[in-house]
Amino acid sequence: MKRKQLVLFALCVSSTSVYAHEPAGTPPDWPAPMGEPIAYWKVLGDRVEAGFADELDTYVWDVQGWYGRDRNRLWFKTEGESEPGASPKDAELQLLFSRMFAPFWDWQVGVRHDFEPHPERSHLVLGAQGVVPYEFEWDSAVFVSEQGDVSARVEVEYDLNITQRWVLQPRFELNAAFSDDPTVGRGSGVNSTELGLRLRYHLRREVAPYIGVAWAQLYGDSKDSAREEGEPSALTSFVLGVSFWF
Amino acid sequence: MKIADGSRRRFLKSAAGVSALTMLNAFVPAWARSMQVLKQSAPEAVDPIEFNLAIRAHQMDIAGGSGHGMSINNTIPGPLLEWYEGRDVVLNVQNAMANDTSIHWHGILLPFEMDGVPGVSFRGIKPQTTFQYRFPVVQSGTYWYHSHSGLQEQSGVYGPLVVHPKDPEPVSYDRDYVVMLSDWTFEDPHRVMANLKKMSDYYNYQQFSLTELYGTNDMSPAEAFKTKLAWDRMRMMATDILDVTGSTYTYLMNGLHPAGNWTGLFKPGERIRLRFINGSAMSYFNVRIPGLPMTVIAADGQNVQPVETDEFQFGVAEIYDVIVEPTADSAYTIMAEAMDRSGYTAGTLATRVGQTAEIPALRKRPLLTMVDMGMDMSAMEMPGLSMPEQVPTHDTEVHAGHQGMSPPQSGTSNRAGRTPASMNHAAMGHSIEPDAHAGHDMTGMQNVGPVVARHGPDHHGPGNISVATVQRDRLNERGLGLADVEHRVLVYTDLKRLADDFDQRSPSREIELHLTGHMERYMWSFDGKQFHEVDGPIEFNHGERLRLTMVNDTMMNHPIHLHGMWMELENGHGAHIPRKHTINLMPAARTSALISADAPGRWAFHCHLLYHMDMGMFRVVRVS
Repeated sequence: MKRKQLVLFALCVSSTSVYAHEPAGTPPDWPAPMGEPIAYWKVLGDRVEAGFADELDTYVWDVQGWYGRDRNRLWFKTEGESEPGASPKDAELQLLFSRMFAPFWDWQVGVRHDFEPHPERSHLVLGAQGVVPYEFEWDSAVFVSEQGDVSARVEVEYDLNITQRWVLQPRFELNAAFSDDPTVGRGSGVNSTELGLRLRYHLRREVAPYIGVAWAQLYGDSKDSAREEGEPSALTSFVLGVSFWF
Repeated sequence: MKIADGSRRRFLKSAAGVSALTMLNAFVPAWARSMQVLKQSAPEAVDPIEFNLAIRAHQMDIAGGSGHGMSINNTIPGPLLEWYEGRDVVLNVQNAMANDTSIHWHGILLPFEMDGVPGVSFRGIKPQTTFQYRFPVVQSGTYWYHSHSGLQEQSGVYGPLVVHPKDPEPVSYDRDYVVMLSDWTFEDPHRVMANLKKMSDYYNYQQFSLTELYGTNDMSPAEAFKTKLAWDRMRMMATDILDVTGSTYTYLMNGLHPAGNWTGLFKPGERIRLRFINGSAMSYFNVRIPGLPMTVIAADGQNVQPVETDEFQFGVAEIYDVIVEPTADSAYTIMAEAMDRSGYTAGTLATRVGQTAEIPALRKRPLLTMVDMGMDMSAMEMPGLSMPEQVPTHDTEVHAGHQGMSPPQSGTSNRAGRTPASMNHAAMGHSIEPDAHAGHDMTGMQNVGPVVARHGPDHHGPGNISVATVQRDRLNERGLGLADVEHRVLVYTDLKRLADDFDQRSPSREIELHLTGHMERYMWSFDGKQFHEVDGPIEFNHGERLRLTMVNDTMMNHPIHLHGMWMELENGHGAHIPRKHTINLMPAARTSALISADAPGRWAFHCHLLYHMDMGMFRVVRVS
C-alpha cells in the first residue's frame, strides 16, 4: 500500500523520474544508475570574416548553435553581411527545432526573421541538416515568407585535413526562389551562389584563424537590383577571419 | 583484523628506497612504493578482515603536475586490498565528498546488495556517510575496485584487489607485484564528456591528413587516397581507435607517470608474478617487456593453463597475471602503449634501484580496416564460410530483454563450424585454429576470423550509425594494430581455464545483444537503445544456463562487463573455456559466452569505457 502511494506520489512529482527507474527495475525512490544524458550546447562561428575586393570590402558573420539532448535540439542560426563602417545590409536569425530522423540527419522546423534588408520579412523554415556520404556537411532549408513567397538555400562544406592542424575547407552556397518578391529585389530562380576556399589553422580545437578566397555571384533580378544600387553583381574577395566554437 | 589506511605516516615508514621522484610524491600509494611481495599467509584471527576506505576530493600531485582528483585514503590508485578466500570481508566506505559515491568490487561474486552500483544494487553512499559492505569471499585472484558513480573513476576512485587462495597457488613464484595501468587527465571529466559531445574527434590528433596521402611506408598515395575515400563515404574515420587519447591523458603505472618510473626489484633467476590490471577509464593498452617472455597464468582473476607470449592487448577492466623469469642482472622496461599509440606509460623491472632500460619508441598508429566495418567482402572469403545456409541471418535480437530468447539454435547459432557450448571438440578444434601457427603468419588479411553470421534487417534506429553486415569470429585475431608485429601476441583462443569445474549443462536459450552507437553524436547503446530508453531489465531465470551472444555493430572495440556472474567465453576449448568478467569485442565481432545464472538480484551489464557507459551503453540484468 505504502509502495503504491509512493509510486503515485512520484508520478505526480515527476513523470520522468519514474521513467528513469524502469530500465533498472529498482524501487521508485532509488536514484537511477545513470540518467538520460544531460542537455549539452554548442555555439559555432563558422565564418566570421572580413572580405577585401577591388570593388567592395565586406564583413560577414555566420554563426549557429544548438542546445539539447541527443535526438531533439533547439538551434539558432544567424548570418549577415555588411560593409565596413555601415550597419548590416543583410541580417537574419533562425530559431529551429531539430530532430534526428536518420543516423546523420536532422529535420529542422522553425522561423526565420530578416532584420535587413527592409522591409523585414518573416519566414517559416523547413530544413534538413546532416552529413552526406564522403563527409560533406550539408545544410538546406526551404523558406516560406509571410507573403507566401517560397525560397530555398543549400550550403555544403568539406573539411580536408592537410595536417592535424591545417585544414582546407571548400564551401558552396546557393540561394534560389520559386517566386518573385520585388520589394526585396528578388526574382524567381537562382538568386546567388557563393564558392569559397578557406585555409584555417587550429591554434586549438576551438579556435582557428583562416585566410581564403570567396567568389560571390548574383543572378536574375538580384543581379539587376544590385546594379541599380551601384553594387557589383560578381565579387571575388580575399577573406580573413576566424572560426571558433565553444 | 587489518586496517588498510594509506595515511602518510604509514607509507613513509614503508618506503623501501624507490626513486627520488617517487619519494617526493606523497600521493602514490604505499603498495606501489614499497614494492613488497604480496604472498602472505592469512592472518590467524577468525574475525572478518576489515578495511576503512575514505573517498575524498582534493588537489594533489599526480602525473608530474598538480590536479584536482578524487582519492581513496588520499592516494591514486587507492590502497591495495588483500583478501583471503573463505574469509568474510568488511569494508567501511566513508564518503568525505559533497556528491554521492560508491565502490564496486570488480569481478567479485557476492550478494547483489554488496555490488556497489547506485540505482541497481543499492542507493549509493550519500555525502558524509559511511556504507558498510560485508560479504564472504568465495574466490581468489587479481581484481580491482572502483567507483560506479558518474565519472568518478576518471578522477581517481579505483584501486587493486588481490584475493589469496585457500589452496596453494598452482604456479610458484618468488615475487609478486601489482601493475595497475590507468589514465589521468588534468581536465575535468565532465569537460571531457562535453568536448566529446560537441566534437567526437576532439582528442584525435592522428587523423588522416593530406600529408599522408603522399604515401607512407606501408601505403602508396593511391592506396591511402582510396582508403580515405572509402571511410569518408561511410562517414566514419579509420583513425577512430580511442575516443580520449594521449593528447589529454597521462598514462600511469601504479599511479606514476613514465618519468616517475615505477620499479619492481628482482634478483636474477627469480620468478616474478606481475598482476596487470587495466584500471583506466577509456584506454586499451599493448603491454610488453622487451627481452622477457611472459607466461600468462590468469585472465580476469581466474587461473588459466600457462601460455607464453611476448605481448598482449587488453581492454579497460581486463586483467592478466603473468610470470616472468629474468635471468640477467639487468633492467627490463615494462612498456604499456595506448592502443592508438598516442601515448604510453612505462616502468622498470630492475635488480637495483635507479637501474633503467631503454623505453621503446611508440609504434606507428594503426588504422581500422574494412573488416572492422563489417563490410561484406564475400569474394575474399574462403569458400564455404560465407555460404548462406551456414550463416543464418539473425534478426531476432533481444530488445528490452523480456522476450528476447531465440530458441536454442544448436549448431547454427554461434559460429559456423563450431557448435555451441561445449561438446563438439572435433568440430571445434579444427575450425577455430585454422592454422596453429597463424600467429606467425602476419600478412594482414590472412588472419582475419571467419564470417559466422550476417546482420538482420533491423539497423537499430537513428541512434546507430552502422551494422556489422557480416559478423566474424575474431577470437583468434590479435588486437588492433598488432597483426604485423613480429613476435607472439596473446589472443583469446590462447586462454584455457585451468580447473575442471565446467558446468556441463547445455544452454537452454540464447540472448542476443548488439553493441550500437553513434560516434558523431557520441551516443552509445545496446540494440540502438540508450539505457534511459529501455523499458526494463534483461531477465535471466535463476538457475538457468544460457548463452549470451554479443555482436559489435560499431567501429570501435568495447570491453563488456557483466557484474555478479562469470561469462564463460566460448573460444572453442570445450570444458576449458575461460571465465571472464570483461570481454572485449572487436569491431564486427560476434562473440558468445555461457552464463550460469546462479546469482539472484539485479546486476549491471555495460561497456566499461566510462564515457560510453555514461552515454547509455548500460543495461540491468535481473536474475529471478
